[in-house]
Amino acid sequence: MSGTDKTAVSPATHAPDPETSTADADVARTPLYDLHVALGGRMVPFAGYLMPVQYPDGIKVEHLHCRAAAGLFDVSHMGQARITGPDAAAALETMVPGDITGLGTGRMRYTQLTTPEGGIRDDLMATRFQTHVFLVVNAACKADDFAHIAAHLPAGHALEVLDDRALIAVQGPAAEAVLSAHAPDAAAMTFMSMMALDIAGTTCLVSRSGYTGEDGYEISVPADQADALARLLLADDRVRPIGLGARDSLRLEAGLCLYGHDIDLVTNPVEAGLGWSIAKRRRVADAGYPGAAVIATAFADGPARRRVGLLPDGRVIAREGTAVLDGNGATIGHVTSGGFGPSADGPIAMAYIRADLAAAGTAVSLDIRGKARPATVAAMPFVPHRYKR
Amino acid sequence: MSTRHFTKDHEWIDLDGEVATIGITDYAQGQLGDVVFVELPEVGRTLAAGDDAAVVESVKAASDVYAPIDGEVVAGNEAVVDDPSLVNSDPAGEGWFFRMRVTDAGQLDELMDEDAYAAYIAGLE
Repeated sequence: MSGTDKTAVSPATHAPDPETSTADADVARTPLYDLHVALGGRMVPFAGYLMPVQYPDGIKVEHLHCRAAAGLFDVSHMGQARITGPDAAAALETMVPGDITGLGTGRMRYTQLTTPEGGIRDDLMATRFQTHVFLVVNAACKADDFAHIAAHLPAGHALEVLDDRALIAVQGPAAEAVLSAHAPDAAAMTFMSMMALDIAGTTCLVSRSGYTGEDGYEISVPADQADALARLLLADDRVRPIGLGARDSLRLEAGLCLYGHDIDLVTNPVEAGLGWSIAKRRRVADAGYPGAAVIATAFADGPARRRVGLLPDGRVIAREGTAVLDGNGATIGHVTSGGFGPSADGPIAMAYIRADLAAAGTAVSLDIRGKARPATVAAMPFVPHRYKR
Repeated sequence: MSTRHFTKDHEWIDLDGEVATIGITDYAQGQLGDVVFVELPEVGRTLAAGDDAAVVESVKAASDVYAPIDGEVVAGNEAVVDDPSLVNSDPAGEGWFFRMRVTDAGQLDELMDEDAYAAYIAGLE
């Protein structure tokens, strides 16, 4: 038995994201590293960090537990920073298409750092406060993102990287009960809001957000308090630790993009199906961010290709890179994320395909190991979102 | 009771008369994680040692199962097609993949026995 991936001699060495993995010699550890090892986490290099891909229960059990109760995720490898200055929201709007100046205090939004060609440098979460904007960006991109932002901020603004903070996500239907047992104000928070909360004597910055499709929270905590906070939350029977493997299957079922796979420098937000994240006033050529003209054209004319969901017939799995074929066997696109959805109870995938074939219900084929396998274009998410609106 | 043989690619082989049963080891299923799909070779196919024979997909990755020796496929285990989790729960028993009529049983002598395989995987850690 041997992996069919070029990199995978043994699945043990197969990190979920080999492109962004680095050699063991220069991998960092998050403040929760010792806890992951104590919990039996299988540690793999990912985006420059040694991270747990799974714990002894395995990816399927972890995934289903998160949807049934609550999962705890270490997302400390992601980048946290704040933009300060007289109008930090307007400063960020010079780099992203999202409506940041329209956010109320403590409200957050999903947006993208764009290129002059309308491509995506990274996707990120931005939260507006009176004195600054708080950012969370992807681990693999954070050094480039922060250099880019710092270099392009208008005069009088500065980027402060918060590398002394960990980030812990608690996701699932029991997340509210779990967190509000320690911080009662968490229960009243609405989706995409953020506030400072005291949890067991530590001031944390808590948002009601996440990337699993479930209700839940992300907790920015001082690095030296992260281990104690994680252990406190895990002491609740409803909470189990969740690794990168289930994090990926949860976000795929939720229809959410993974940077470097479903979106990248050569995809624009419109063809990626992220047009919802761009307010009307910013869909114009002179909106004042990189690529605004390209993105305005994509809105006006419609993109040539679109990100879609795919449901393969049967049980065979369509992995990233799988060619999508039309009825004549011609290639009409490629899978960008694909796997098995434990809650969907079957294979699911995301792909970019020709826009004229992108309607839900369209029959296509997938070229898997040389055989054409039938599949259907499907609406996303594959599993309904359960955010607390 | 025949001797079980093992390959470096983590297949096991039991020979009973001239028919060999092939599966993947407990070590392999543990590394793969939850198995969600198995594709078996067609009965009647002639395989040479090293040929792609079956495919096993876990939630993490797809892997090939190779024919460990030369022969003709005489049976596939439909039970693992219907319930791929059998590969995880009973890899050395009910989770077998396929059976071959062996052309040259002498090829088995080049494979590892149980002790040699145990030493081999210990060296992989």
